[in-house]
Amino acid sequence: MRNDMFSVLRRSPFLAQQSRKAFLCLGAFLVCLIVAVFALPERAMAYSDEELRNVSERLNVKSSTQKIAVIEEMAADGDPRVAPILRAMLDGNLYVRDSDEHVVITAKQGKVYSHIDIVSGEVIGESGSKEISKIKVNNRLRGVLRDALATLNLFSPDLAVRSNAVEQVMDARDPAMLPLLLRAIDREEDETLLARMELAKATMALAAGENTEERLAAIDVLASETTPQIRAVLSQFVASADAEGFEPEVVAAAKDALKSVEGRLSTWQTVGDVYRGISLGSVLLLAAVGLAITFGVMGVINMAHGEMIMIGAYTTFMVQQALGSILPSGSAWSLAISVPAAFLVAGAVGVVIERSVIRFLYGRPLETLLATWGVSLVLQQAIRTIFGATNQQVMAPDFMSGAVEFSTGLVLTYNRLWIILFSVIVVAGIAAVLRYTAFGLQMRAVTQNRRMAGSVGIRTGYVDALTFGLGSGIAGIAGVALSQISNVSPNLGQTYIIDSFMVVVFGGVGNLWGTVLGAFSLGIVNKFLEPVAGAVLAKIFVLIALILFIQKRPKGLFALKGRAVEA
Amino acid sequence: MNKKLQALVGAGALAVSAMAMSAAQAAETIKVGVLHSLSGTMAISETTLKDTVLMLVDDLNKNGGLLGKEVEAVVVDPASDWPLFAEKARELIEQEQVDVVFGCWTSVSRKSVLPVFEELNSMLFYPVQYEGEESSRNVFYTGAAPNQQAIPAVDYLMSEDGGSAERIVLLGTDYVYPRTTNKILRSYLNGKGISDEDIMENYTPFGHSDWQSIVADVKAFASAGKKTAVVSTINGDANVPFYKELANQGIKAEDIPVVAFSVGEEELAGIDTAPLVGHLAAWNYFQSVEADANTAFIEKWHAFIGDESRVTNDPMEATYIGFNMWKQAVEQAGTTEVDAVRQAMYGQEVANLTGGTAVMNTNHHLSKPVLIGEVQDDGQFDIVWETDGTVVGDAWSDFLPESAKLTADWTYPWVCGNCEKPMY
Repeated sequence: MRNDMFSVLRRSPFLAQQSRKAFLCLGAFLVCLIVAVFALPERAMAYSDEELRNVSERLNVKSSTQKIAVIEEMAADGDPRVAPILRAMLDGNLYVRDSDEHVVITAKQGKVYSHIDIVSGEVIGESGSKEISKIKVNNRLRGVLRDALATLNLFSPDLAVRSNAVEQVMDARDPAMLPLLLRAIDREEDETLLARMELAKATMALAAGENTEERLAAIDVLASETTPQIRAVLSQFVASADAEGFEPEVVAAAKDALKSVEGRLSTWQTVGDVYRGISLGSVLLLAAVGLAITFGVMGVINMAHGEMIMIGAYTTFMVQQALGSILPSGSAWSLAISVPAAFLVAGAVGVVIERSVIRFLYGRPLETLLATWGVSLVLQQAIRTIFGATNQQVMAPDFMSGAVEFSTGLVLTYNRLWIILFSVIVVAGIAAVLRYTAFGLQMRAVTQNRRMAGSVGIRTGYVDALTFGLGSGIAGIAGVALSQISNVSPNLGQTYIIDSFMVVVFGGVGNLWGTVLGAFSLGIVNKFLEPVAGAVLAKIFVLIALILFIQKRPKGLFALKGRAVEA
Repeated sequence: MNKKLQALVGAGALAVSAMAMSAAQAAETIKVGVLHSLSGTMAISETTLKDTVLMLVDDLNKNGGLLGKEVEAVVVDPASDWPLFAEKARELIEQEQVDVVFGCWTSVSRKSVLPVFEELNSMLFYPVQYEGEESSRNVFYTGAAPNQQAIPAVDYLMSEDGGSAERIVLLGTDYVYPRTTNKILRSYLNGKGISDEDIMENYTPFGHSDWQSIVADVKAFASAGKKTAVVSTINGDANVPFYKELANQGIKAEDIPVVAFSVGEEELAGIDTAPLVGHLAAWNYFQSVEADANTAFIEKWHAFIGDESRVTNDPMEATYIGFNMWKQAVEQAGTTEVDAVRQAMYGQEVANLTGGTAVMNTNHHLSKPVLIGEVQDDGQFDIVWETDGTVVGDAWSDFLPESAKLTADWTYPWVCGNCEKPMY
């Protein structure tokens, strides 16, 4: 009954709309999975059709403990039709039909649930959400289901499924799985997977092994690995050695192995810190590089810089909304189109601000600071009025979700990798514009000597407006990237404004390479401090270090000769 | 000269008549102050509560007002600026002469207005879950105290159904609410046999956006072999990048469940929740609760805001309960005078939105049910656990030695917010 009411809520149109996409993907995946499983050559079935139906119906109880008993019974049976049922339950797609109490797997298409028979795998009807109740799962059940699926999947004909299963068995480290694992090892033909299986066996055999030789062999296998799990296995073994009364030579060997694993892991930890530092640096760089132009080159203390980033992020959101009807949400194209769009929108806003406010205030830094601060508040509240104060959701394209995971515990998330690459491209682009275009030349000329540039016929006012527009446009591009990792809210810009100034001041006002170096070094220092000092203290330390550095070198890492010297 | 005098008299007459008019109006309306940030960092959460109060006022007026008078909402914007909260509170009470104020979200804003309400003896309804360790005669706390949210949540994590967690990571934003809550939790966990080395505590600034290292640390902490769970008191904007990072680093709820105390339907609106299914939140209300009162409330909210995609959340329910309690108390007292209404508040009962009854206790906290919900892929919560009945809010936590002996009770013979002995 209770499930019913939930489903009613879930069915209401506004929710359905939000979730339709997710469900579609899930549904499609599920159907494929079922088709794949059922296409397999059938092995001897342990359950008769009737038994399978009956045992599945017993899943429809409230108590998790009872559900677990049924799941374990089903998994132990080894019927190939069990896996898709458990998989559907894990994904929250296993329902009970209220009319006849039949357990069915559902695939949701819009508001319609098609019912797939658990025995035949055929679609046997469809309904709205009111006529079916979900078999609920919680985290405990999910864990059990996953382990059960893993043991079932150890014998899957698909290599990828098998190797996934081995990883899960290794994570679970449940000695109860050992017999099944041994059976799987006997059958396995793939060399790499066999090695992983041996490793999984070793993690269990260490404590559960029968004699000293078996344990020592297990330690040998483990010592050659570098993963946090192995460290945990070894340290647990060492910690429990006294209580369990293991042989001294085994314990000594385990301690040695633990030491070498820990040594290698700490190297990887450092690699991880450097990577995360570079990643933070690339975000700082993106945020600051626009400011390096407006503040660094033009000398305008632009407090509205963060809002240009925000405008870029909102442009991304709008492009995605506008293209929503044509492209699937989270399409890479909407992001690709957002980059020039954000550049143009933020750049245009920048030019308007320069022409209407800033050009009257050149040479008066305090007034500029206050005026741009005011502009930033106006922009924030304008966005808040138009879009509302709540966050907007910018979908991540598929190639930006997920991560490359190394067994050593190092995780490189795709969105960060792309942002690092993107920041490099943006900086290279700016460097090229400054170095190789007529506009870049004029800009540098005006920066270095405004009056002389004017006398040789450069329209300095025009160049000022465009330079400010360029800086703002680049901030807009940064907004596209930041929309992938941060909130798209009216406050987005405030988060980055202080960091941006820090980077530009540290790197040396007016120097692009200084900004690059400044961003990355601040990022890396921050990430090395963070695990030691915590995020709050790390930030404070970095600020103090920066203040001290500025005392020593007031002009930052790279001092620039030019207008800054003039002033 | 004459003309000038005439003009002056005219202006004076105008002013007098204007004053008379406003006085007449004041007599006819009951003023309700709304003290929620409509700009700045907290606007994301607080704007919704302002709309909720406006909706409730609107509804009340449609049903004939209160004590035969029309109710008027006075909205001010403290702009997420804590000292400005105090100024705006003073403005509401002294200049606008409001009879009651609904407002504040962050604890620091509440701490900032507290002296103003006490000095001017006015009444504040505070609708957000908070750290406890406070009791003021002038504030009614309609959100959850730690024993109505945090304690049941860790109990659930340590239970079999919650995954029997043995290591706990306490992640929080660096301010008073997370620090106090985590202090209570640490002492509670120690009492439950979880030693300090199995507890990791970490604080981040407001709006923290780079969660890579911390999520990696949590992963490393969890790899020690004991079942690990995360208790998150991360507040506001920082949640979106945090959950994105969790999803991207592939932390699944069945491996490391995260239970959040400040993440509701509204906060999830900006995130793709498909990778987060199974992570948890503890509240006293979820939009997905099946109850007639809730269905009616959601319909009313959608009609008022004109947008079917807007969600409802726990602080909205707390505002709803607080507003209706105040209304009933005013009706019972027959006046909006603060002292009379306060006396009428004690024991006041209002149907909550989860099908039960909220009762105002003499310590100014409510009796509420505690619910634990799992994030679903549509951004809603599926309730996986709830208390049998309601839990009485406890202003002073029993798990901190210095506050365990304190009692908050504003009725005779105590009449005190933090006493060890009755006053009379």
